[in-house]
Amino acid sequence: MTLPRFSPDSDPGPDFLGLLQRLERSPSWDGVPADATQITHGTTVVAIQTLDGVVMSGDRRATSGHLISHRTIEKVFPADQHSGVAIAGAAGPAMEMVRLFQLQIEHYEKVEGRPLSLDGKANQLSQMLRNNLPAALQGLGVVPIFAGFDEKLQKGRLFEFDITGGRYEEKDFAASGSGSLHASTVLKLRHNGKLSTDEGIDLSIEALFHAADEDSATGGPDPIRGIYPVVAVINSSGFTRIEDSELATRTNTLVEKIAGERS
Amino acid sequence: MNMPMYVSPEQLMKDRADYARKGITRGRAAIVSVFSDGVLLCAENPSNTLRKIGEIYDRIGFIGVGKYNEFDQLRVAGVRHADLKGYSFSREDVDARWLANQYAQTLGQYFTHEMKPLEVEIAIAEIGEETGSDQIFHLLYDGTVMDTETFVVIGGETETVKTRLEESWKSNQPLTDILNQAVSALAGPDRTLKADDLEVAVLGRGNGRRAFRRIENEALDEHLSEN
Repeated sequence: MTLPRFSPDSDPGPDFLGLLQRLERSPSWDGVPADATQITHGTTVVAIQTLDGVVMSGDRRATSGHLISHRTIEKVFPADQHSGVAIAGAAGPAMEMVRLFQLQIEHYEKVEGRPLSLDGKANQLSQMLRNNLPAALQGLGVVPIFAGFDEKLQKGRLFEFDITGGRYEEKDFAASGSGSLHASTVLKLRHNGKLSTDEGIDLSIEALFHAADEDSATGGPDPIRGIYPVVAVINSSGFTRIEDSELATRTNTLVEKIAGERS
Repeated sequence: MNMPMYVSPEQLMKDRADYARKGITRGRAAIVSVFSDGVLLCAENPSNTLRKIGEIYDRIGFIGVGKYNEFDQLRVAGVRHADLKGYSFSREDVDARWLANQYAQTLGQYFTHEMKPLEVEIAIAEIGEETGSDQIFHLLYDGTVMDTETFVVIGGETETVKTRLEESWKSNQPLTDILNQAVSALAGPDRTLKADDLEVAVLGRGNGRRAFRRIENEALDEHLSEN
């Protein structure tokens, strides 16, 4: 491995994926059999627009077919200081995509000397999904959510995607994964367009709670093992992950509220 | 038959070295120095867009003087190399010593095999976990590598600037002190350098994973006015 040098007409510029391509080291899942029972899948993730940014969250379960394969996987990651990406779908390719996406953004920033715009980042993710389309058609689909604080517009923004790389900006909330239908219903009914960060965190916990209640592939809160969803807040001061202890308290409050409504 | 004119290897190398050195000494000097909480990178650079200092990796910074397009190419190659290594292995496997060796090979290759040597002098710095474990590598146009744990001056008038800085330099100083010493060493007795004439960045131990931060505008003014 020596210092990579390129002639001006083949220089990849600030594009890390282009660099991998030129060195013939792009990851590929071509020809993988699409037996869904053998492939680890991540399930439900949501993102919610709040008054000062966005809240992203995801459950902790991964499944292979009808079996639970992992109880504590993470599906919400920082993309950079002011944005995050949450993944649903085939876990292996999804994790690799997140790693490459984080690297791509940082690589651009270091080479160019300034960060990509939020739209630029969303477009990058879109291109990565499009490149993954052959694998997606073999059963290794990845459907992420991208959300961040747009420093130019001074507000939070959300993007949903599909496996072809289609990019759809949402206003109030976004959800992806097997439990997203149920999570979306909760979000749709509760989101009033002017949530505080606190309310956003509670709403994301509630949406995942109900998704886990209806969808076997989505994991609910597990107080015995101390497993709670991953919740992250993104605002002008950056990406902050909420502590498990705080999530435990908030989950308890929610459970008590639901129990109270039934008694 | 025409015989090519004989030039002794000594003469050839000397000519190349003189050529490279001439290009480098025309420019301004730059200083890399350790301080109590990390490493300071400071260059005299009136341009706000054509940078001499850059971030390579989490704990590694770059500074170059000489011909802009040549050292910038080296900076970008370093970023690519570091990101590739971190992607293939792990982030903690990327270190400055290894990067310095790669730079040395490339510079040496240019010096002996290409039409002309690169007219650059660069330094790369890496901060360690605690004070005293920082490293600075200084690379010359011919691939010579030197390492130091204190400070290094690169570019034009290095000897004079170095003598000036040596007078005041101490280990374990706070950032403001070392920055002011570096700036007055760069300026010399007859000039004063303002924030606009400088490009300053630090690799700070308290900055999280990516230790590199630029110090610009008001923040830089504040440090300079505390003198």
